[in-house]
Amino acid sequence: MKFLIIFFAIILSRSSFADSNLFNEFGDKEKIVKVVDDMFVFVFLDERIKPTFEKLDLVKTKANLVDFLCVTMNGPCTYSGQNMKRAHKGNEVTATHFFALTEALQMSMEKNSIAQRVQNKLIAKLAPMSKDIINK
Amino acid sequence: MTIKSFLFLTTFFYSSFALANYDVSGKLLLTGGATQIEGASGGGITPWAFIGGNGTKEQVGANAFYTSVITSDYRLESLGVLIGIYDRLELSLARQVFDTQEVGILLGLGRSYKIKQNILGLKIKIIGDAVLDQDSWLPQISIGTFYKENRQGATIKSLGARADHGLDIYLSATKIFLSESILANITLRSTKANQMGILGFGGNLNDSLELQFESSLAYLLTRKLAAGFEFRTKPDNLKGIKEENWGDLFLAWAPTKNISLVGSYALLGTIANKDNQTGYYTSLQIGF
Repeated sequence: MKFLIIFFAIILSRSSFADSNLFNEFGDKEKIVKVVDDMFVFVFLDERIKPTFEKLDLVKTKANLVDFLCVTMNGPCTYSGQNMKRAHKGNEVTATHFFALTEALQMSMEKNSIAQRVQNKLIAKLAPMSKDIINK
Repeated sequence: MTIKSFLFLTTFFYSSFALANYDVSGKLLLTGGATQIEGASGGGITPWAFIGGNGTKEQVGANAFYTSVITSDYRLESLGVLIGIYDRLELSLARQVFDTQEVGILLGLGRSYKIKQNILGLKIKIIGDAVLDQDSWLPQISIGTFYKENRQGATIKSLGARADHGLDIYLSATKIFLSESILANITLRSTKANQMGILGFGGNLNDSLELQFESSLAYLLTRKLAAGFEFRTKPDNLKGIKEENWGDLFLAWAPTKNISLVGSYALLGTIANKDNQTGYYTSLQIGF
């Protein structure tokens, strides 16, 4: 029991101040650009999502995604793209597609040596967006 | 591991790889859970609210597993399969073989007397998504059941058990606190099984269903590796054959989507009059 209490105490003490500077923990905007670039390498290796992204203007998509991730992490950027619901409407995105893209992002962050707990914090912010993305 | 179970797992392994080219295994690594000792998706000794297999809500997934627990005086093997349908429904089948080894002589059953048990499991996800619902405190909640049938009815009744079959019903709540890299699970189980049913159901001390509490807590070290501990309270129904709570410390590793391995140090207390049963739990899971 004592072990449990200490365990939770450590977790709570770590989480209280960690949220606002996720962008700083991640690195800088350059780092996000690198992660997004590498992510698309994994995307185009994945037959489940490759066809969807092949149809898009890649330069624009990447730039939008960089801004979107930056804003999501409370970074000093402006996202001028469509909101998640509108951006994915009618695209028939399945849970499988959503997880496939998540996996590509995870592999890219792994490749770019983003700490696991920082990776998980970003995924935690992106995961609830699935409500606006899957089957919309 | 017997040759039969080895062949069974090998066949499953190759068919999993063959299926890898189809639209399967959409879940993220480890988010289908391992297979716990009674055949349901979970940790080592506790079922979780996850639906087993790697299928998302559009897919069907399946697993085969083999688990061996070797304690100071006993050996338990568990082998089985499960299917997960649309991340909603889980069906599982497991067979446990409990080897009494030298204790068999003391119990008057003979050296390495084996008690076998078949377990049919069913689990339904009621609400929530342990992975996706990161913006709410609501866990993923599932309700499940195990129908257990002990094949050595006469023997376990002679030890004091009232029945050779029984039904466990459980409610599991599992949540991944992703921003903290933590997985937490709480399970409430109604049961009268003695040592999971290996020593039968009900007894001369108590023959009614009791509510038991089970819990797991894990830290997600990487997307492929998790470490944690579990705790499970147990009934104590048999006069003269004490039963104690269980605990374990585990490491779960999913090198690929088709394979996961769990290694754990298990603290199983007193089992059939042999106290302080500690030992190693290893589990291999193959699936898609």
